[in-house]
Amino acid sequence: MRSKLLTALPFIAAAGMLPGTALAKDEFSVCWSIYVGWMPWDYGDAEGIVDKWADKYDIEIDVVQINDYIESINQYTSGRFDGCTMTNMDALTIPASGGVDSTALVVGDFSDGNDGIVMKNEDDLAEIEGKRVNLVELSVSHYLLARGLESVGLSERDIEVVNTADADIVSAFATPDVSSVVTWNPQLSSVLEQPNANLVFDSSQIPGEIMDLMVVNTETLEANPKFGKALTGAWYEIMARMQGDDETAIEARTHMANAAGTDLEGYEAQLEATNMFHDPAEAVDFTRSDQLLETMQNVAEFSFRHGLLGQGAPSAEAVGIETPSGTYGNEGNVNLRFTDKYMQQAADGEL
Amino acid sequence: MKKLINRKPNRYARWFLGFLPFALLLAIYIGASSARLAENPDDPLLPSLTQMAEAVERMAFEPSKRSGDYLLLQDTLASLQRLGIGIGVSAALALIFGIANGAIPYVRATLSPLVVGISLVPPMAILPILFIVFGLQELAKVMLIIIGVTPFMIRDMQQRTLEIPEEQIIKMQTLGANTWQTITRLMLPQIMPRLLATTRLALGTAWLFLIAAEAIAATEGLGYRIFLVRRYLSMDVILPYVLWITLLALVIDFLLNRWSRWRYPWFHATGQ
Repeated sequence: MRSKLLTALPFIAAAGMLPGTALAKDEFSVCWSIYVGWMPWDYGDAEGIVDKWADKYDIEIDVVQINDYIESINQYTSGRFDGCTMTNMDALTIPASGGVDSTALVVGDFSDGNDGIVMKNEDDLAEIEGKRVNLVELSVSHYLLARGLESVGLSERDIEVVNTADADIVSAFATPDVSSVVTWNPQLSSVLEQPNANLVFDSSQIPGEIMDLMVVNTETLEANPKFGKALTGAWYEIMARMQGDDETAIEARTHMANAAGTDLEGYEAQLEATNMFHDPAEAVDFTRSDQLLETMQNVAEFSFRHGLLGQGAPSAEAVGIETPSGTYGNEGNVNLRFTDKYMQQAADGEL
Repeated sequence: MKKLINRKPNRYARWFLGFLPFALLLAIYIGASSARLAENPDDPLLPSLTQMAEAVERMAFEPSKRSGDYLLLQDTLASLQRLGIGIGVSAALALIFGIANGAIPYVRATLSPLVVGISLVPPMAILPILFIVFGLQELAKVMLIIIGVTPFMIRDMQQRTLEIPEEQIIKMQTLGANTWQTITRLMLPQIMPRLLATTRLALGTAWLFLIAAEAIAATEGLGYRIFLVRRYLSMDVILPYVLWITLLALVIDFLLNRWSRWRYPWFHATGQ
């Protein structure tokens, strides 16, 4: 009896760590972290918009804020959440290459100046050759740097990257050792406020390549289309509310600004560097374009060069990426999907 | 029947009981890992032992594709150098200031409140200031360790010096010793093994600061690697690195203990 219990123990404990099974269910949870393009989720949660849409489809959606961006994606990848906000690159390198089939349900925006390369006392990116560059290695900043270097005929071999925590990048730039940083907002604007700081390259020069998405588990979505409909419906209601200059819109944006730790003015400056798709039809067009496929190929090649698709990955095409205009990479191993289905329904007013 | 508090396991039972929790943890891990991998063979959270062995092979025994270095070796040397300098300087400062504080009332009155004050400041909270003062390179990492562990080591050394029996000090003086002789002949030899004991305890904190420093800004090191691959949930690299850090810490602790027993057998003979 006792020995049986002892043998069973590991399995009982193991059961506690099992990933969530993707059967039909009616309780869901999604996570988000603080970033200009994801603050609407906080507003939607606080104002009951998400709940309203969940009720409409007779389900429950729990919206959870995670303080650490990477930790939120890791939690999603290990099965604790059904959906999470992330960029297109992180969606490919963390959940998709970790074998979690993921779907970009809502393409919320793309960075249009929110990510940038800043140099001290220099105003030409080509001068970066031979310098130490502080950035969060393997993040979208690293991708932006690689694209920037390409634009001036340099490669990563011509510089030295120093991995630096995103929270410390502003104070790092203030030290004499640091001459160049790559970062995103709100840190980017704080770095630019320092004397001698020059923005030498930013994401508006590669428009549409750094996207902010709501990514959900594909199996969960397929078993529960209601979940996708409720989330998409809620998102575009929030989008409609926060746009414009009427009282509700100002109030909504002030709420988001406060939750992000800034003020209305600061938040609006960040929004300006973000190409938000307020209208679902625009997001649908963007998702259907050939440009998305091309971008994802760029991102996959960058990720492969840096070993982000897993050490066992034979090529940049190891993980298949499906978009409405075609599939890149291994069609037998499609783990990242861009869909226009739900956004189209929102555009048609069918939700 | 003997009471439970009087029943002692024999040598073999002690070994067996000591290993049991480890074996149990390993069994739980393997169970959980294979359950997750059965569901999704690419799951990165709980890699199998084979996947971890492959990662170790890649990190430790194959030169990196990008730089041609052996990454584990490079990381280990970088981290051990930082840790060695940091803890070495801390121990030296603790010895000097601890004995000075303990032996000389005027020094104690001046420095002791300052040391207590500094020891209560959490260094991680004033990082931006430390960056400006010490930069972002090797010096900053070593200084973070020093600032993190030195103050409490000084406090401990001061206390240990004050605990030296008054009778011995009076005896020294009746034999004609001056202050310097009392410190070098009486206090120093008695404090040395205690310094080693404090250093062993401080090592845990020093590792913590080392890894934090490497997470903030670095190009190599054990902490750097862990925080880098955390970005894509590479637990197959992180878990072996954690085991390796534990092993290194264990070996350093063992060596310090051996050294202490070899140089100061009297300290360990009195029931310590």
